[in-house]
Amino acid sequence: MNRLRTWLTTSELAGIAVLALIIVVVFPLTLDAFRLNLVGKYLSYAFVAVGLVMLWGYAGVLSLGQGVFFGLGGYCMAMFLKLEASDPISTKIQSTPGIPDFMDWNQITAVPFWWEPFRHLPFALVAVLIVPTILAFIIGFAMFKRRVGGVYFAIITQAVALVVTVLIIGQQGYTGGVNGITDLKTMLGWDIRTDDARQTLYFVTCFLLIGTILLCRWVQRTKLGTLLLAMRDKEDRVRFSGYDVANFKVFVFCLAAMLCGVGGALFALQVGFMSASFVGIVPSIEMVIFAAVGGRMSLVGAVYGTLLVNFGKTYFSESFPEMWLFLMAALFIGVVMGFPDGLAGVYNDHIKPWLSGRRRARPVSGEPPALPVTGPASGAGWNPSVPRTLDKSGTAGHGVGAAPARLSGANP
Amino acid sequence: MSAADYWNIVLMQGFAGLSLFSVLLLMGLGLAIIFGQMGVINMAHGEFMTIGAYTIFLCSSLTQTYAPGFMPYYFVFAIIAAFVFAFVFGWLSEWALIRHLYRRPLDTLLATWGLSLGMQQVFRSTFGAKEVSPTVPDWLLGSWTPHEGLDIPINGMFVMGLTLLVTGLVFLMLYRSRWGLRVRATVANRTMANAIGINTRKTDRMTFAIGCGIAGVAGAAFTTIGSTGPTSGSLYIVDAFLVVTFGGAASLLGTVASAFGIAQTQSVSEFFLTGSMARVLTLLLIISILMIRPQGLFAVKVRR
Amino acid sequence: MTRRKNPATPASESEVLSPESLARRRLAMGLAAAPLAAAIPGLSFAADHPTAKVNTTGLAITDKEVTVGQLHSATGTMAISETGSIQAERLAIEQINAMGGVLGRQIKIIQEDGQSDWPTFAEKAKKLLVNDKVAAVFGCWTSASRKAVLPVFEKENGMLYYPTFYEGLEQSKNVIYTGQEATQQILYGLDWVAKEKGAKSFFLIGSDYIWPRTSNKIARKHIENFQKSKVVGEEYYPLGHTNFNSLINKIKIAKPDCVYAIVVGGSNVAFYKQMKAAGITADKQLLLTISVTEDELLGIGGENCNGFYACMKYFQSLDNPNNKKFVEAFKAKYGPKSVIGDVTQAAYLGPWLWKATVEKAGSFDIDKVAAASPGIEFKGAPEGYVKIHENHHLWSKARIGQMQTDGQFKMIAESPNLIEPNPFPKGYQ
Repeated sequence: MNRLRTWLTTSELAGIAVLALIIVVVFPLTLDAFRLNLVGKYLSYAFVAVGLVMLWGYAGVLSLGQGVFFGLGGYCMAMFLKLEASDPISTKIQSTPGIPDFMDWNQITAVPFWWEPFRHLPFALVAVLIVPTILAFIIGFAMFKRRVGGVYFAIITQAVALVVTVLIIGQQGYTGGVNGITDLKTMLGWDIRTDDARQTLYFVTCFLLIGTILLCRWVQRTKLGTLLLAMRDKEDRVRFSGYDVANFKVFVFCLAAMLCGVGGALFALQVGFMSASFVGIVPSIEMVIFAAVGGRMSLVGAVYGTLLVNFGKTYFSESFPEMWLFLMAALFIGVVMGFPDGLAGVYNDHIKPWLSGRRRARPVSGEPPALPVTGPASGAGWNPSVPRTLDKSGTAGHGVGAAPARLSGANP
Repeated sequence: MSAADYWNIVLMQGFAGLSLFSVLLLMGLGLAIIFGQMGVINMAHGEFMTIGAYTIFLCSSLTQTYAPGFMPYYFVFAIIAAFVFAFVFGWLSEWALIRHLYRRPLDTLLATWGLSLGMQQVFRSTFGAKEVSPTVPDWLLGSWTPHEGLDIPINGMFVMGLTLLVTGLVFLMLYRSRWGLRVRATVANRTMANAIGINTRKTDRMTFAIGCGIAGVAGAAFTTIGSTGPTSGSLYIVDAFLVVTFGGAASLLGTVASAFGIAQTQSVSEFFLTGSMARVLTLLLIISILMIRPQGLFAVKVRR
Repeated sequence: MTRRKNPATPASESEVLSPESLARRRLAMGLAAAPLAAAIPGLSFAADHPTAKVNTTGLAITDKEVTVGQLHSATGTMAISETGSIQAERLAIEQINAMGGVLGRQIKIIQEDGQSDWPTFAEKAKKLLVNDKVAAVFGCWTSASRKAVLPVFEKENGMLYYPTFYEGLEQSKNVIYTGQEATQQILYGLDWVAKEKGAKSFFLIGSDYIWPRTSNKIARKHIENFQKSKVVGEEYYPLGHTNFNSLINKIKIAKPDCVYAIVVGGSNVAFYKQMKAAGITADKQLLLTISVTEDELLGIGGENCNGFYACMKYFQSLDNPNNKKFVEAFKAKYGPKSVIGDVTQAAYLGPWLWKATVEKAGSFDIDKVAAASPGIEFKGAPEGYVKIHENHHLWSKARIGQMQTDGQFKMIAESPNLIEPNPFPKGYQ
């Protein structure tokens, strides 16, 4: 516990605990199997959003191609599941039984060699982590070593997303094309389509997500995290101090890509199929919006942002099928214009002061209401680690003082 | 096939490449101005093009109903109207949205993305979800046949001419007008430009609106070769971005060069490969060149 | 899972049902069988069909109402095509309600938006089946969306009425395909151009996804093996591709007797406009397509493609009393300028076929509806008489229409008999 304290403040721990409580206890108790599965799907997007917090919020690098990594992770998983679902008995009606159905439709008569290793679960699981990371490394290395950043990097990643989409759709004999890889059934004989299995997968997703948040938090707390922030705000100074800035960026980019891969794999498991529609530009931008709505500096906020946008999308489109796009447009524009720090910003600016104000006011009930207090200092009463928080927001623009962070999203 | 036939094909294929070049250039130009000169990523660029396309549709329906005799000429005026509509709407969105976000360039991307969603729904609610087909004047249809076996598309020539005109005007304005001077000064050093009395806010608004207006013209011109529907803009946006990125932002010459390069690669490889493979090949080529030269073909030298 | 030899046998379901639900189902079937099914055809008052009897599986059915789902893209790129289907299904349901509904119950629609996104389709399908417990779903348009929802329908045991002509290679107890499968549409058209127009060489063009690819595969086999003619080119372009000049030059080199085009979506418009501009018009080139209906003509503009041929099962201009009534009702509801394409008509059939099936089965239960489906007839179909085959596709005619400047088709030829649906054609795979 003490070691935990060294890299998690009490309020952060409380934030993560509340999130864990909501997704692990409250949702399963209140939602039916169908809605819970939906939340599970959303949470698999949250991996991408958390990765974007690291990449965009902390390192100041915006990627519009995160869908590629999400898709790659998902495809690696889906390939394993599809091979398992395509046993000769259940595919006996095909002209070549025993191969995935879409290969049969495209006159392919044998499973291609690069599909073969995906018959083994360990290989597939490793691939889920490694394949997106390798691609991210190649892209990141080429870009960051040449000091490409900001808006430019965003657009190039967008181009990558486009290329990968066209490749996947064009090679439909090997990838399923537009339809994607559908009708996934079992994992090592375990039927992933039942409500029980979905519930289990939901909890797996929750725990992995919380683990991911802790991991990212740990990275933020290390010297690397500090350097990332410093680099985002004054890249040249970090470089002049003798650090190779590019390496850090490549690392964060790879980390974010790996998280996307995990999310994609969990998505494929929970939804039962994978298609190229996750790889393109549109989903990639939507994922950025999840992070933006949550607050690009807040790991926990990213999860809430993902949930909020997706609940909004589902609710609006169910209730106002004709109008929901307007509402979504309003949500995006509203968040960007009104709440640049997203939900986390709203929390830090309004709810947190109010909470701590109440806390302080409660013991001394005779006093007049607490003065309107703003900023991290207001947490004095309930946050034992005030000096740290203060220090942090002073130097790194964390929390309330995130204004400077916003200005430097891109390279000059 | 005789030698003459081959010669015809070579000519027509050459024209196909040039025509694709002018299409790409026209769709990239507005974006290049906004992105290159202001650093704003306008994700709603495609929807501004759609404004232009629907303007043509409106004009053609109105002309057909009220002044059928005017049909052969309406197109020219409709293109001007398309510019005006897109310009005004661009002006308004800059005023309402973009100007608050200049210091957060990546946020403009999200805001304009929201804008594009909203615009698509507006088109759908106003004009219906199905595609429409503006009646193009007869002189724009068909082909010009100098001799047997050689068909040069008239709409292709029209788009090419329009592209030349618009590009020429943009260059003129940028390098020979007061506005251009102010834009270039603002790009070079915003603070200094402000200090010497240039109203950079006004310059920005004008630039954004002109970029949108050019998108409107592009959308209007593309009604002769493509579809008009609520989501038509999304067909072009990606190519437009590729052209601008590949060319190197902040350089109009780069945009021209990259449009030319992409168009020729695509058109030639399409001829020798299948369409899907040609697309993949072109994109892979673009990506690998960007890996080697991430700043694009023609980059302004900026110390990073 | 996708293919069942005999879709009528509910036995093979056990693999997807959990033991509990299976037990529940057995119980339900017992209950349904006990009070001797007194379903008298023709009489459809709710009183004659107590809810407990017509609904033994917990669907959303009351004494007055039955809930169905409608799942199409109202937004995104596919909204262009799917809007017609939404309208036609609504019209059919309205008409059925005006006639007294199904088994005395009014039909209530829950509309969901698939957003042109396949995972969303799967999500919404599941919502309709699991949360809303709808008795049937009318929906989907693209093959991709159907493939995405199919496992959901099979697992949750729902009923989907799918309106689009498609590539075949599929058959499910849980889907009724009211459009044509590939052979019903392709073979007649190819034979017609070969016989009437003397086409000996073909150039196949398609958008790059499964429907055009599979359809062209069937077309190629038919051309090469059965007609003993030649395929001189086969080309695919990415969805949303807008530049066809290089392709057009290839057509000019190959000089085929017939261009066989399956280009879809926004590409379609670009393809025909650029063909026209390159001087490839109907007086110089024979072109047959299976992807242009009146809906697409609206976007292409009749002047850009008049004279080309399309092979469909329905044209708005069909001259029969059913169709006249249908077109009139459609225009009265959606405006005089609205057009009706092949898929729109097929979508219109869905609710009517479902009504007839439910009334024959005397029950809304999915299993009974699926079992009762083969042999269901609909004499009031705008396309003429249709009947559901054992394999859950429709027997239907094929027709050749010529595109006109006003955006309509003129019917040139029609198959003498109904064509049997054959989703797994021998010799074509």
